[in-house]
Amino acid sequence: MQRRTKETVIKQLFLLTAVTSLAVLTLIMVFLFMEGLPTFGFVSVKHFLFGMDWYPTDEANPDYGIFPLFAASGLVTVLSSLLAIPLGVMSAVYLSEIATPRVRAVAKPVIEMLASLPSVVIGFFGMVVFAPFLQSFFDLSVGLNLFNASLMLAFMSVPTIASVSEDAIYAVPRELKEASLALGATHLETLMRVTIPAALSGIGTAVILGMSRAIGETMVVLMVAGGAAMLPSSVFDPVRPMPASIAAEMAEAPFRSPHYHALFATAMVLFLVTLFFNILADYISHKHSQAGAASL
Amino acid sequence: MTVQATTMNPLISTKSVGTSLCHTSGRDLRRRAYQWVAFMMLRGAILIVAAALVIIVGFLVKNGASAISWNFLTDVPREYMTEGGVWPCIVGTLLLSLGAMGVAMPLGVASAIYLHEYARPGTFMRIIRLGVNNLAGVPSVVFGLFGLGLFVTAMHLGVSLLAGWLTLGVLCLPVVIGTTEEALRSVPATYREASLALGGTKWQTIWRVVLPSALPGILTGSILGISRAAGETAAIMFTAAVFYTPKMPNSIFSDVMALPYHIYVLATAGTEIEKTRPIQYGTALVLIALVLSMNLFAIILRAWLQKRHAK
Repeated sequence: MQRRTKETVIKQLFLLTAVTSLAVLTLIMVFLFMEGLPTFGFVSVKHFLFGMDWYPTDEANPDYGIFPLFAASGLVTVLSSLLAIPLGVMSAVYLSEIATPRVRAVAKPVIEMLASLPSVVIGFFGMVVFAPFLQSFFDLSVGLNLFNASLMLAFMSVPTIASVSEDAIYAVPRELKEASLALGATHLETLMRVTIPAALSGIGTAVILGMSRAIGETMVVLMVAGGAAMLPSSVFDPVRPMPASIAAEMAEAPFRSPHYHALFATAMVLFLVTLFFNILADYISHKHSQAGAASL
Repeated sequence: MTVQATTMNPLISTKSVGTSLCHTSGRDLRRRAYQWVAFMMLRGAILIVAAALVIIVGFLVKNGASAISWNFLTDVPREYMTEGGVWPCIVGTLLLSLGAMGVAMPLGVASAIYLHEYARPGTFMRIIRLGVNNLAGVPSVVFGLFGLGLFVTAMHLGVSLLAGWLTLGVLCLPVVIGTTEEALRSVPATYREASLALGGTKWQTIWRVVLPSALPGILTGSILGISRAAGETAAIMFTAAVFYTPKMPNSIFSDVMALPYHIYVLATAGTEIEKTRPIQYGTALVLIALVLSMNLFAIILRAWLQKRHAK
């Protein structure tokens, strides 16, 4: 009897810790909303989301429109995805289907090492090495711009996309590939018409997670994007994505001032966007998960 | 080979086999050429990724190596951070990342044990998992704001090591949960069954059988967690790190200097950005040496474990 009670207590304790993540996520949401919602006391939701002017420190006439920041976040994410998705998915296909074990033993750690590079280091590289190069190569006035930030972000999301896609490709049952090969299809034809379609939901999840990582990535856009809060007219214009704005201005915003609340509200928008992406990724991976060989 | 080509298209009737046979070699060659080109492109993709790593690390090593000296590693910053070393930043980063693991390890390992050993699949478990996955996707700057709001302000911890530990601890929680679960998965079910069959309770089985054999995998995960915490910048810039502090941390309420924040400050906000460039490169090199060596160690440890398991 005593033994049983002890077992039950232990189980409940573990349950309690397992709920921590959920509790933290809830707390994050509570704090963001608590500090962010007062923003809408001095600026309307519509003006906040679609206002074109972000002048939070203007003393006479401050303005809190985050549309340029929001658009910048969207643009760096889309541009970086244009490079990161093909690179990431192609690397995953190569690693899981083509590489010999020996190549794999080297190539996989390379991707993991790229994933582990601190974002501030990639930002630093973009700032002191790539920006001057861009400036002289394209004869630009600033090297810190949308293009530079997107490129640096792309190399940050490639490892995410590659490793999640790789797992998905691995999960494709052998029988499917063998059946295709036995019918006389080449390795490439099997890949394009059987393996990749079967892994497509997993690859979709990978892409979404990679994009979500790019949206939320802070240090790179803070150091490399240039920091101008306006809509860019070309890829070589400086921009100011949401995380950059939050990180750069939080230190100077007086505690509980309108600026402080507006930054929390921006973080709220950022959080909701990534939450949406993550739930979407979760939904796709559950909805279309490959169950045995039958569900192609 | 001839069969291969004709069976590609099931619509080809027996009658047309004869004619299609004449074309097989050409078509086959084309198919193989396509494959060759496509595989070359795939190989190219992985080479680009590898090149990115080599270029980034290469530039930092090339420009940072000359800044590294015994003095640089062990001295404090001098002359408004334009001279001297990074010793306080190294200490701060080590303290921050080890302390963060002190927070994340017990919570993460226990969560993973619940998820893998106790929980039954169902809605509740689905929700917990969704929580973990979403926590993993929260931007680091949002963690920073959360730490600022809860630990620094509401709990009155101030900008301190403790606030940094808690913030980085929850940031690393999903990493620890993920790697621990993987380690638990690799423990064969027969181990558990043997222990249960001998009359062990669930807890005894977990404590004496499952955890010991999962331990190396869990350690690998914790090393990855430490390296993640060590490189994190946005989460500590409002909660634990400061531009400059003349004293070394002496309590859990001290603010600290940290390598990643040091790089950021010197590269963007310093008074003499160009003059401190060698220090910036040096600091970045110290940071990636720290992070990459931890990762390499974890990767080697994992490879060794897999080999041992395979036997």
